[in-house]
Amino acid sequence: MKTLSKSLASDGVGRISRMELLISYVLRAGVLLSAGIIVVGVLRLALTHNTGYAPVLPHQLPDILAFHRASGPGFFPTDPTAVVHGALAGKPYAIIGVGMLLLIATPVVRVALSVVFFLVERDWLYMGITVVVLAVLLLSLVTGVG
Amino acid sequence: MEPITFFAILFGTSVVAGALGALLGLGGGIIIVPVLTLMAGLNIHYAIGASIVSVIATSSGAAATYVRDRITNLRLAMFLEIATTTGAVAGALVAGLVPGRILSVVFGIVLLHAAWTMVRARQGDGQTGVVGSPLATRLRLHGAYYDPSLGRRVDYQVTGVPQGFGMMWLAGLISGLLGIGSGVFKVIAMDIMMRAPLKVSTTTSNFMIGVTAAASAGIYFVRGDIHPFIAAPVALGILLGTVAGTQLLLHLRGAVIRKVFLGVLILAAVQMIWRGLEGSAR
Repeated sequence: MKTLSKSLASDGVGRISRMELLISYVLRAGVLLSAGIIVVGVLRLALTHNTGYAPVLPHQLPDILAFHRASGPGFFPTDPTAVVHGALAGKPYAIIGVGMLLLIATPVVRVALSVVFFLVERDWLYMGITVVVLAVLLLSLVTGVG
Repeated sequence: MEPITFFAILFGTSVVAGALGALLGLGGGIIIVPVLTLMAGLNIHYAIGASIVSVIATSSGAAATYVRDRITNLRLAMFLEIATTTGAVAGALVAGLVPGRILSVVFGIVLLHAAWTMVRARQGDGQTGVVGSPLATRLRLHGAYYDPSLGRRVDYQVTGVPQGFGMMWLAGLISGLLGIGSGVFKVIAMDIMMRAPLKVSTTTSNFMIGVTAAASAGIYFVRGDIHPFIAAPVALGILLGTVAGTQLLLHLRGAVIRKVFLGVLILAAVQMIWRGLEGSAR
């Protein structure tokens, strides 16, 4: 309770620690960046009428939406390395993919920053708990990708 | 249907889903998946992939505002995250052994019961003289935030730590077993069992669903379930919707949010029971 009254000022709004502001800014930047990249990908797709991958014309909706396994003919990239390479080559579906990967990364970054937050607060119990959560998160991400 | 029409419908639906999701602490999947499955010819894998993307977008889109305004209870989120992750692992391990259809119906009924409990027992923010339990105090789970709709700071205490932890474990188990988001169960655990203010419950759930979804998103991405043409309008729509959702949360009274939550809760319950009876669970 002591930290609580210390960190919340009497003005009612509460003094936000520098760390919390930083987390807030990083999250906003991450989300805006991923949204911006997805918009670029969508605009490029709309202008070029080319996904950058197997020749499915965008005006054939059933073809776009029919399920294609990643191992199949390759209608869009699913390997992170291929996504980055494709995006650098300007392929619309790969650009959207980069935006998606960034979006997926934001909760991970948030948990990682929370570890630092508890470190700054010298709250060892919650730093430990958050490290465990981060470890499980990274483990399932890595086992999924690897 | 023209691709542009498809894109527009998905985008529009996602704006609504993002606003509701950010307000209520749920992933947008509850709204998006039914719309997606209504669209002819869309594969269920893509619907699930879009749902995962919508959950992360809802969580991250709202996060910056909720962190800055300190409504999310970070300690509560991290403590309960232990329960949901271990529950999800347990769920994935026994997934083949337990009939998903029956579970879907059972949990649908659990949700209906929770709705009934909420109607009867709790009103408004649900924080009238809650005295925190010693365990919650030791775990430093109590908190405070500024509520613009009330124009004052709200100090709150929480209780029922073992019950809330247990319910969260079940929430994780369900998402591991059935592959559905469990934001509804998370809000219920914090609201009914731990008696946190409703706004704290929904924003803390909002944080947690993003973490849980991110854990499995990598698998879905590599598997090719996240289709760019479907995921793009969903992500953009949801992110836009969360801007409205966070403002709604700040300025609406807890009592109003509770009514909206009840409506969606009943919708979720009916969906789960329907999925179980129809046999498309999992």
